[in-house]
Amino acid sequence: MPPQTLVEKIWNRHAVVTLDGGDVLLYVDRCLMHEGFWWNAVDALRERGLTVHRPENIIACADHFVPTAGRALGHAGIDDPRRRELILRLENEGRDLGVQVIGMMDPRQGILHVVAPEQGITLPGMVIVGSDSHTSTHGALGTIAFGIGTTEVTHVMATQTLWQTAPKTMRITVAGRLAPGATAKDLILTIVGKLGVGGGAGMFVEYAGPAIAALSIEERLTVCNMSIEFGARAGLVAPDATTFAYLEGRPHAPHGADWDAALAQWRLLRTDAGARFDREVAIAGETVVPMATWGTTLDQVIPIDAPIPDPAAEPDATRRDALERALAYMDLRPGQRLRDVRIDRVFIGSCTNGRLEDLRAAAAVVRGRTAVVPAFVSPGSSDVKRAAEAEGLDRIFIAAGFGWHDSGCSMCAAANGDTLAPNQRSAATSNRNFPGRQGPGSRTHILSPASAAASAIAGRITGAGALGAHA
Amino acid sequence: MIPLRRLEAGAVPLDESDVDTDQLAPGRLLLGPMSATVLLHDRRFDAAGAPRADFVLNDPVYAGAGILVARRNFGIGSSREYAARALPAAGFRCVIAASFGDIFYGNCLQVGVLPIALDDAAIDALQRRLHERPGLRVTVDLPAQTVRAEGWEARCFTINAMRKTCLLEGLDETALTERYRDAIGAFEAAYYGASPWLA
Repeated sequence: MPPQTLVEKIWNRHAVVTLDGGDVLLYVDRCLMHEGFWWNAVDALRERGLTVHRPENIIACADHFVPTAGRALGHAGIDDPRRRELILRLENEGRDLGVQVIGMMDPRQGILHVVAPEQGITLPGMVIVGSDSHTSTHGALGTIAFGIGTTEVTHVMATQTLWQTAPKTMRITVAGRLAPGATAKDLILTIVGKLGVGGGAGMFVEYAGPAIAALSIEERLTVCNMSIEFGARAGLVAPDATTFAYLEGRPHAPHGADWDAALAQWRLLRTDAGARFDREVAIAGETVVPMATWGTTLDQVIPIDAPIPDPAAEPDATRRDALERALAYMDLRPGQRLRDVRIDRVFIGSCTNGRLEDLRAAAAVVRGRTAVVPAFVSPGSSDVKRAAEAEGLDRIFIAAGFGWHDSGCSMCAAANGDTLAPNQRSAATSNRNFPGRQGPGSRTHILSPASAAASAIAGRITGAGALGAHA
Repeated sequence: MIPLRRLEAGAVPLDESDVDTDQLAPGRLLLGPMSATVLLHDRRFDAAGAPRADFVLNDPVYAGAGILVARRNFGIGSSREYAARALPAAGFRCVIAASFGDIFYGNCLQVGVLPIALDDAAIDALQRRLHERPGLRVTVDLPAQTVRAEGWEARCFTINAMRKTCLLEGLDETALTERYRDAIGAFEAAYYGASPWLA
């Protein structure tokens, strides 16, 4: 057999039917859903008279609309009746259909892309789809994982399959080690900046090389999470000893003899020597430094202490126009430094950076200091929240003036009512800086947890290094 | 899905790149029903709900238009199908751009919108032509996979053959998949036999 990429190995194992034109009916191991689109999918299912083929393979979790304050009040604490109704629809209809429901008051509740890995629902070699673009996150465990729209979700619910065409593949090899102070978030922002928001359009991207192998699973989840932000359909990392150690003993991971059998299969999930990719990209780890977005697309990103680019230096007219629009929307000038830009709010959380290691990194920066702008932390899951509290991270944040909230998508998707006011500017550890993303007229700068924490202390966009040593 | 074969309609030059899904269908509107005002809502309407006179979609010359012409990276971002469904709800069955967000492109085909990708030079020329002749009609022929407009060199476009058939006939993929129920059953027996922990 010719050498194969990891993507091809997983793909071929899941091909139910391959048609002459190249269309493949791909088997789906797990379908992840949240309350934002649950109701659309179930309405469509009913309209078309379809039934759920394998309900136990569907995971429905409340994350987009849940309040991140006052959780103890339960559903009664949700101000907006429509949001409450849609959360209840997921919980009640999910149970009626027999899918795995993780409701708002479930002790496992959190953001789908934090919860599924943490519960061992995500396993190497799987094909996972979800009603959310950041489903790409799950690739960190060696899965093919991607987001789809509700019509396709309905197809998956009814058949446990999805029509796809043969994957185009890319390998991004990160050599060496990241520069001191640089994080997984800075790495993926560097990649998006280098490739552009359309640079990986529709591709399945394998992250490889020593700098990737050295990352923890939580860091790999951050990298794979933002694969979609350079247009990729999915991003993944070959499972290795780090992956297996992370998974062993998790509630949904195989146990006993099944664990040994699974491990034997997972060890084969590697790209063969000599396998061909449609595109190869090389990154030197040492070049990755703390980054922040300045504009309204994720490729409008710079080293945190670099000047904002000048559109006049951009030869391509379409790109120049985009830069000018972004400067106007963000109320910034060419050549300006982000450290001179005042911010109104700091948000630490999301499926990109709401995990325990992220909160530890932020807490290490804020310890003994005080935030000068409103800032809050929304842990990525209730498990993360409890673990952080057991370590005393909550007390560090609260002492520094941060809000310590419950878990949900919160101010990343801004779908639960956690929003910025028009023209307000945030430093956020989330994943999108689009115009209006955090509320109409909102201005968002995306950066790492350590940089977000430093920005809260400084009241301006800054890296942790600029704060100097702890007093 | 409503079939789409041939479309001749006024085209709106939304002359910019990176029109993301949050702009196409703002998050808070995903809570409610689809309507004609979801599409690009915060670009089209001010905080009080009044149309913004300076936004191209509100120009009366484009009233009744059925084709949207943008530039690069149209529909990047979220998987929200509302970003695609907002188009036909506002009268648009076709978007022409230099490139598309991957999930959005797929969603368009699921909801009966034809996304046409043309190269930068073709898009540039079409944008210029639409600025010269506001309200110009563009003709899309799906069976022939061509798009043309008076004063602009006609182009061919590509589309996956299965998706094309679904659009032409207004077919739903689930009906097609029904033919493979037995194959799915056989696949599952072998798959879960080899990896029982996945069941």
